[in-house]
Amino acid sequence: MTAPLRAFRRPQGGLAGGWLILVIAAALAAPLLTPYAYDVQNLPQAYQPASARHWLGTDEFGRDLLTRLIYGARTSLSVSATAISISVLCGMVLGAAAAWFGGWLDRAVTMVVDLSWSFPEILIALILVAIIGPGTIGVMIAIAVAYIAQFTRLTRAQILTLKGETFIEAARSLGAGHAHILFRHLLPNALAPVLVSAMLATGDAIILEATLGFFGLGAQPPVPSWGGMMSAGSALVFKAPWVIIFPGLAVAVTVVAINLYGDALIAELDIRSRLRREA
Amino acid sequence: MSALLELQSLSVAIGKVALLDGIALTVERGQILGLVGESGSGKSLTAMAAMGLLPLIGGRVTAGAVRFDGQDMAAMTEVQRRRLRGGRIGFVTQNPMTALDPVQRIGAQVDVVSRLHLGLSRDEARARTLDLLTQLRIPEAETVAEAWPHQLSGGMKQRIVIAMALAGDPDLIIADEPTTALDVTVQAQIIHILGHLVRDRGVSLLLITHDMSVVAQVCDRVAVLYAGRVAEEGPVGPIFAAPAHPYTAALIGCIPQAGMAKGSLTGIPGAVPSAMTFPEGCRFHPRCPRASQACRASPPPILSRGEGRVACHHPEVSA
Repeated sequence: MTAPLRAFRRPQGGLAGGWLILVIAAALAAPLLTPYAYDVQNLPQAYQPASARHWLGTDEFGRDLLTRLIYGARTSLSVSATAISISVLCGMVLGAAAAWFGGWLDRAVTMVVDLSWSFPEILIALILVAIIGPGTIGVMIAIAVAYIAQFTRLTRAQILTLKGETFIEAARSLGAGHAHILFRHLLPNALAPVLVSAMLATGDAIILEATLGFFGLGAQPPVPSWGGMMSAGSALVFKAPWVIIFPGLAVAVTVVAINLYGDALIAELDIRSRLRREA
Repeated sequence: MSALLELQSLSVAIGKVALLDGIALTVERGQILGLVGESGSGKSLTAMAAMGLLPLIGGRVTAGAVRFDGQDMAAMTEVQRRRLRGGRIGFVTQNPMTALDPVQRIGAQVDVVSRLHLGLSRDEARARTLDLLTQLRIPEAETVAEAWPHQLSGGMKQRIVIAMALAGDPDLIIADEPTTALDVTVQAQIIHILGHLVRDRGVSLLLITHDMSVVAQVCDRVAVLYAGRVAEEGPVGPIFAAPAHPYTAALIGCIPQAGMAKGSLTGIPGAVPSAMTFPEGCRFHPRCPRASQACRASPPPILSRGEGRVACHHPEVSA
């Protein structure tokens, strides 16, 4: 699988991929990168603009903004990525089962998926957080459920197309069972487009996580999340605008980077046309 | 000992449309039976029925039975049938271009058949795969086993598909138009290799084709299918020498021969009727030069003729 690497050779793919690696590396190495703790208050140092000591300034409790931004990346990225992983896993199983077995299972799954598509993801996520309760785990589950429909649909469509391929008929005529065909033939062939779409959905999930955080439903203080930081900063727009600007920029740039890299990856993978050439 | 594969007046329908009507065929052990007919005559459906895969295409048996090695396929459980497929019946698909999984290496796809049906270990299966590929005259079997399907030519892919059919050490191979999608030069090669391998191993072969010259080259017996019924069936020699059914005669007349005068290659006027509009009486009568009132009125009697049989009101009397 060299396509993810080849995507770096495209200008926008390289730039975007570079940013993503930087953010992920910073999030992983957070304690090594900064001398400050994210939760220790230093009230005399509050509301300081950018300086040599505090590169991005300080917030209303005198905490270093860059430190909180880096720790916030941990929350935002891990919650979004985990949520989407869960979502992809559930969606693929549901979609594949629906497409392969058909009948009432397919009808039931399709109905639920279509129904959930008539609600925006944010609404589904809000309802779920309201039920589960605020916090990192709640947000994770809420985002995961909100995106299951998307992956179920995509996987189902992929499998339905693949189902008619001769190699599936060949596998059956050589005695392969349901599990073998599903896991060895159908899912591997459907994987590439689903993974690319999962990558792009992670971008949306970061926004959704920030939104829920902004409403105070995400990671609870003092643990920083980008949405939570923006929420705190919204009260200080005129007094200390940097408190809301930098987390906002972090969200925006990261999401744009994910989309740009995803585009480059799609171009490199050339998924659909490759499948068509072989048919 | 009973025949290896026996279709006993088998009728098959998809929905309300009757597609096969009283097909009776027998494949003896070690024998090659050619199943011939135009597109739409029910050849592939017969193959699906023989493997018990009709539900896959929404078909069902309405009368008669399929017996494999004396056992009624309908009486088996799905698990037993699955063990049969690949293990005792190998299948070679029509189009090798799409018959291989594009995201698995060639070797792995062949290995899995013998691992599943013969219970071989990873290494044993690979050794068997390489052995099979070599027998199919694939040069550099090790390299090919590590290749991806898109790196191989059509002829190579078809050999791989044949290797997959043979990997489970079956007693019968069903090949559904194995050469239709290939170049003419490669066609001859594949048929040659398939014929040889089958003879060497004493495996039976049900060879579905629309090419009478292929039948003449490799088959012991031939069954001619027309519009879901068997028109004529018997040993290849006598049938080619003196076809009794006018349809068989017409099919043989379609084989081009060197030295033929230009324009003497005959076609068959008209087309195979659709299953919705099968004509009354003998289904071939609208296209038949010998059609009479009897042909339009009632289905033809099945007459035995030497070691074979023919379903016709006016069979050609052999000289």
